[in-house]
Amino acid sequence: MGLVESGKMPAPLTKLLNIGRKYSLWVYQWGLACCAIEMGAAFGSPRYDVMRLGVIPFPASPRQADLVVVSGTVTDKMVPSILRLYEQMPDPKYVISMGSCANCGGPYWDSYSVTKGIDQIIPVDVYVPGCPPRPEALLEGIVLLQERIANEDMTARWKGDPIVVG
Amino acid sequence: MSVTEREQRAFIAAAAADARVNVELETEGMTLNIGPQHPATHGTLRIIARLDGEQVVAAEPVMGYMHRGYEKLAEVRTYPQVTTLINRIDWLGSFANEVPFILAAEQLMEVEVPPRAAWIRTILFELSRLANIALFLGDMGVQLGALTPVFFAFRDREFVLNQIEAVTGGRFHPNFDRIGGLKDDLPKGWIEETRGVMVKMRTFCDELEDLLMGNEIFEARTRGVGVIPADIALSYGLSGANLRASGVDWDMRRDNPCGLVYDQLDWKVWTHPDGDSFARYWVRLQETREATYMVEQMLDGLPAGPVMAKVPVIIKVPAGEAYVATENPLGVMGYYVVSKGDLGPFRVKIRSASFNNISVTPWVMRGVYVPDVITILASLYFILGDIDR
Ligand code: SF4
Repeated sequence: MGLVESGKMPAPLTKLLNIGRKYSLWVYQWGLACCAIEMGAAFGSPRYDVMRLGVIPFPASPRQADLVVVSGTVTDKMVPSILRLYEQMPDPKYVISMGSCANCGGPYWDSYSVTKGIDQIIPVDVYVPGCPPRPEALLEGIVLLQERIANEDMTARWKGDPIVVG
Repeated sequence: MSVTEREQRAFIAAAAADARVNVELETEGMTLNIGPQHPATHGTLRIIARLDGEQVVAAEPVMGYMHRGYEKLAEVRTYPQVTTLINRIDWLGSFANEVPFILAAEQLMEVEVPPRAAWIRTILFELSRLANIALFLGDMGVQLGALTPVFFAFRDREFVLNQIEAVTGGRFHPNFDRIGGLKDDLPKGWIEETRGVMVKMRTFCDELEDLLMGNEIFEARTRGVGVIPADIALSYGLSGANLRASGVDWDMRRDNPCGLVYDQLDWKVWTHPDGDSFARYWVRLQETREATYMVEQMLDGLPAGPVMAKVPVIIKVPAGEAYVATENPLGVMGYYVVSKGDLGPFRVKIRSASFNNISVTPWVMRGVYVPDVITILASLYFILGDIDR
């Protein structure tokens, strides 16, 4: 990775690296509420079968993950744990926010205990709307994220200011 | 292991941890924190367990990570809007959540529901039970280290969800029940398809019986683990299959069907005398199969007619109080609705089954081994939205 750090990454190499990264996403599943079941259906069920997209949904810990899917209602009591586990993930890391609740509070937009949007605490790459989104929608979200990864310039990401959280 | 024996062991373990009597085999006391994010707790339950070696001395569930404030939110919503919210309490069997609330509102308004609506309601109620418990049946395997059953569960559950979606338009959160009846009638061809799905679900039950119940490892890990005797179950307010697995013959569907058509069907309440994790699994499996027969009977006997009674367009519920409870997939779920004659309820108190079911954990986990904690949690079967609301 010396090339990346020095900022002299040749374009073909970047492309190759990105293809590798995009088809080996390890997903940490942060299932919180109803959406978690649809995420489970997308990741664990034979009908939707996410592994054909090169996504591996079973890392044992966030320290092995490239992508976290926050699915479901985030409550104020839960936020510190989410932040902590997000910070444990190695860079480069991506976040998919699944469902209206994680996007903006959803049906609990006026609740006293619900955080209105996970993007207040961690940067989100892809929002999947719906309450709950169908498993197909989550799969599309993953495909969109893969497109994004494919067009990413690793050196730019490396040189950029560290993502400040909190 | 009998109850007294278990109590004894728990006592010994506690004494050993506190007083270090057991000098020869001294083990250090340790506090293990399970959750709030842990695959074994299906959701965000947190268990703080005080361990002595491999034995749990005390366990305390910490709730509130999924508290969304339903009761308070219901006060600022109108009656039709409340069903949208309460769908999401027990998110696996969503339709079943709407029914008791709607029944309570109908009681206050004194609306008579057309028979066809009551029948279709009951059918959808049982379908949500199937969708809910099918996942439990598979998930219990995962908790014990067998990954295969959950794939079966997800595969066959999809058929039931398809049927629910065909009627209501939503896989998960149908929001289909209305005060006075239902939003729509059944679509064409649905009855025949559902019959096919019921046969599939029975095959699923048979498969799981083969895969898990006859399995020696499964039996070894569940039999005699987490025994809840009947009196303890009753005093902690357990309900649903957890109560019936302790040998208490109590089912709201039979004892108080209030508006649903269970009294017109021929079915059986399953109980098991053991009260252990295996019994809870066994009872749920039998109930799933029983539910498929019930749905078939209801499809046969479905009366014709309208699905909606005459209700005003803008619903105002007259002042009064009503409490209605039904036997939801997880246990007894009740709504206590207080109305002051407004567009929305003045106060809604929700009695959800999982909250009581999980409250027995400190009692049942004293003296068990760490792997059994997971077995007990899985077999008690709770849903976080149903605990925290
Ligand atoms: S977005 Fe809807 S389905 Fe998803 S967690 Fe929130 S309430 Fe549940």
